[in-house]
Amino acid sequence: MAVPVAFFAVFFAYPVTAIVARGLKTDGTWQLGRIGDVLAQPDVRQVLWFTTWQALVSTALTLLIALPGAYVLARFDFPGKQVLRAVVTVPFVLPTVVVGTAFMALVGRGGLLDELWGLRLDTTVWAILLAHVFFNYAVVVRTVGGLWAQLDPRQEEAARMLGASRFAAWRRVTLPALAPALAAAALMVFLFTFTSFGVVQILGGPTFSTLEVEIYRQTSEIFDLSTAAVLTMIQFAAVSSILALHAWTVRRRETALRLVDAAVTARRPRGAGQWALLGGVVATVAVLLLLPLGVLVQRSFGAGGLGYYRTLTRDDGGVFLAAPIEAVGNSLQYALAATVIAVVIGGLASVALTRRDAGRLVRGFDALLMLPLGVSAVTVGFGFLIALDEPPLDLRASWILVPLAQALVGVPFVVRTMLPVLRAVDVRLREAAAVLGASPWRAWREVDLPMVRRALLIAAGFAFAVSLGEFGATVFIARPENPTLPVAVARLLGRPGDLNYGQAMALSTILMIVCAVALLVLERLRTDRTGEF
Amino acid sequence: MLLSLRAATVRFGGRAVLDAVDLDVAEHEIVCVLGPSGSGKSTLLRAVAGLQPLDSGRILLGGHDQAGVPAHRRGVGLMFQDHQLFPQRDVGGNVAFGLRMHGASRTSQAERVRELLDLVGLPGAAGRAVAALSGGEQQRVALARALAPSPRLLMLDEPLGQLDRSLRERLVVELREVFGRLGTTVLAVTHDQGEAFALADRVVVMRDGRIAQSGTPLEVWQWPADAFVARFLGFENVVEATVGDGVAVTPWGKVPVADGAPRGTRTLLVRPAGVRLVPVGEGMRCTVVARTFRGTHVAVRLQPEDAPRLEAACALRSAPEVGDEVGVEFDEAEIAVLG
Repeated sequence: MAVPVAFFAVFFAYPVTAIVARGLKTDGTWQLGRIGDVLAQPDVRQVLWFTTWQALVSTALTLLIALPGAYVLARFDFPGKQVLRAVVTVPFVLPTVVVGTAFMALVGRGGLLDELWGLRLDTTVWAILLAHVFFNYAVVVRTVGGLWAQLDPRQEEAARMLGASRFAAWRRVTLPALAPALAAAALMVFLFTFTSFGVVQILGGPTFSTLEVEIYRQTSEIFDLSTAAVLTMIQFAAVSSILALHAWTVRRRETALRLVDAAVTARRPRGAGQWALLGGVVATVAVLLLLPLGVLVQRSFGAGGLGYYRTLTRDDGGVFLAAPIEAVGNSLQYALAATVIAVVIGGLASVALTRRDAGRLVRGFDALLMLPLGVSAVTVGFGFLIALDEPPLDLRASWILVPLAQALVGVPFVVRTMLPVLRAVDVRLREAAAVLGASPWRAWREVDLPMVRRALLIAAGFAFAVSLGEFGATVFIARPENPTLPVAVARLLGRPGDLNYGQAMALSTILMIVCAVALLVLERLRTDRTGEF
Repeated sequence: MLLSLRAATVRFGGRAVLDAVDLDVAEHEIVCVLGPSGSGKSTLLRAVAGLQPLDSGRILLGGHDQAGVPAHRRGVGLMFQDHQLFPQRDVGGNVAFGLRMHGASRTSQAERVRELLDLVGLPGAAGRAVAALSGGEQQRVALARALAPSPRLLMLDEPLGQLDRSLRERLVVELREVFGRLGTTVLAVTHDQGEAFALADRVVVMRDGRIAQSGTPLEVWQWPADAFVARFLGFENVVEATVGDGVAVTPWGKVPVADGAPRGTRTLLVRPAGVRLVPVGEGMRCTVVARTFRGTHVAVRLQPEDAPRLEAACALRSAPEVGDEVGVEFDEAEIAVLG
């Protein structure tokens, strides 16, 4: 428990406090009057209102569209399932900037739909909502579907025998069992869309702006640190109350579920209805997830075949100090280090949180762990720069700074993935091990670990993915000669000209392929191990 | 004494689940704790295993106080009610678990696993997945797993609870035989009196966290300590009576009792075999309200005109039909005056 707490104190609380203090403290006194001034501005209220309602609508839309997908991937067995699962996850790990650009290429001016039917959505809120669904589809499928696959179908059968209709059985038995995962997924989606940055910045134009976009603008364009600090605090407060609410609902619904091997619960679809459902999900994935990516890949080839890719290896001394292609290696190294940190910190925290004797304080930490997801990544990145620059913590020149910031965002994923499964492990199995002579640590290793190995792998995959795609914080702290992929893409997009645009598309495509390969390896690993269960 | 409980008390939110329990188990003894659900039997086992801390009192194993000794260092075995086999390990992996925890070598592990699987009647099953086992087989694997590290005390929580009757009756005999052969000291809990009587050297009846009676199966069966124990054992003809000289006054009229019976207001037990059916006109007049076929006899439920119902055991051929009118007389040999 001490390790995660220290980690969060030093690498999260301290930098964020430092930057807020920088904005609101003059000559050693707090200027709290500024909060009222900022809140009184109609612009700020406008931003707050938009941030909230678009997040609510995005969450509802994502759940609506992704739940059938979660069901299909959890309960059906069909050829290409692994591929579908990986495909669904790819969007989530793409840098927000790229997602924005991909949707621009699809629904914006001169985009595919514009060319075909003259349809443009880039001036409407629909582009943002669709991009948010695109992004968060995987969150619902992974979080809810992961648990769903392990719920014993006989529970539903028991309800059917008691006279419940298929739907009633689902609603009364499966839904309550899924509720913690569902709440976790909805919360994550809400947090991501509430703090959405890259997508809104590109697709929102001048009309639509979220808090995070506004914080970025105030910090790096207008240099109004005090307004940025107030906005950061507002976002922090909003996110904290959502998290508190979530922690409360989760605690009320904590139950030990009887989990079974996921391989046993999945079966071939039966009957026209189930095949139609499967078909519908595949079609949704194709249109909503694959089409934007397809357009992205198509644009990366441009008119000149592999031209853009060839120029990536050239050190043109312009945008970068090194050839853009080196960003791939940087990204992989950083993400790997970040994954290790996130899994260790998140794993330790999860175990501490599942202990039976965990007190109120520890339980409160559950919610605190989620905060990095909600606090502006821009603030964290900037906070790292101004807070961790003097001894004993002078990390500015150290490569570890980037993985640390990325791990911060990865830890909540690890915890959220591990907790439901860890909590569902029957405590009496641990007792059985103890009576047979296993010390508590040994019992955890022998009983819990084999059962949660799957969840651990998924958690690691998630951490790796978000680390790879992290943009908001990394953009501030990555050294110019060692950019990560998303940072390189953003820099290219920020410059005019077809070549830069094409190179950005090409790099994004490479990032997409790296993620897809990593995820496919993970899926392989996963099925190999589940054979033991 | 291998195991001694001294005033062992466990409270769950103010309610005493174990209420100052004193219990001794001698080496090689098989003790069965019998009681309805909620009587604290399982908590008793969990306390001895070290899974449930005591609120007060002491638990001694081999004369050593176990306060502060964690479960994995107590050297006792516990077979869980629903087995709790490790789903991710095969049968051999489950049985070998305790041996591994005690640092046994691979070869000795394999040998012991084979030995135990032979003992429980599952030779060659080491490679099977636990999910593929039937209930009875899981039971045997759980037993082998608990026995493998040779615990000084083996505890069984509803050992045969979920099995079908014939299997249960066969296994109970097998268990007793195995324990006798190995000289295992056993503390089992069950709510099934048949199981307890068949398995145990000594039966301990629990009620609301306290011990209501302790004795050999025969003693407990013949002389239940009080009305609760008698009713729990399935006896229904239990009433308050005023015991006098060779006769007791009950709601069913005057009933003969043994001469030496304690006098005064007592609880009286009339075993079903002590209720004799005679032609109408003789004895107390009753109506037959139900009859249950019990294999060796028929249990007949009788409604006297103005008294609580009575249960009688009748021979198969002579049992009356529902609605028949019969007379009832009492047999002194089957009547017990309880504490």
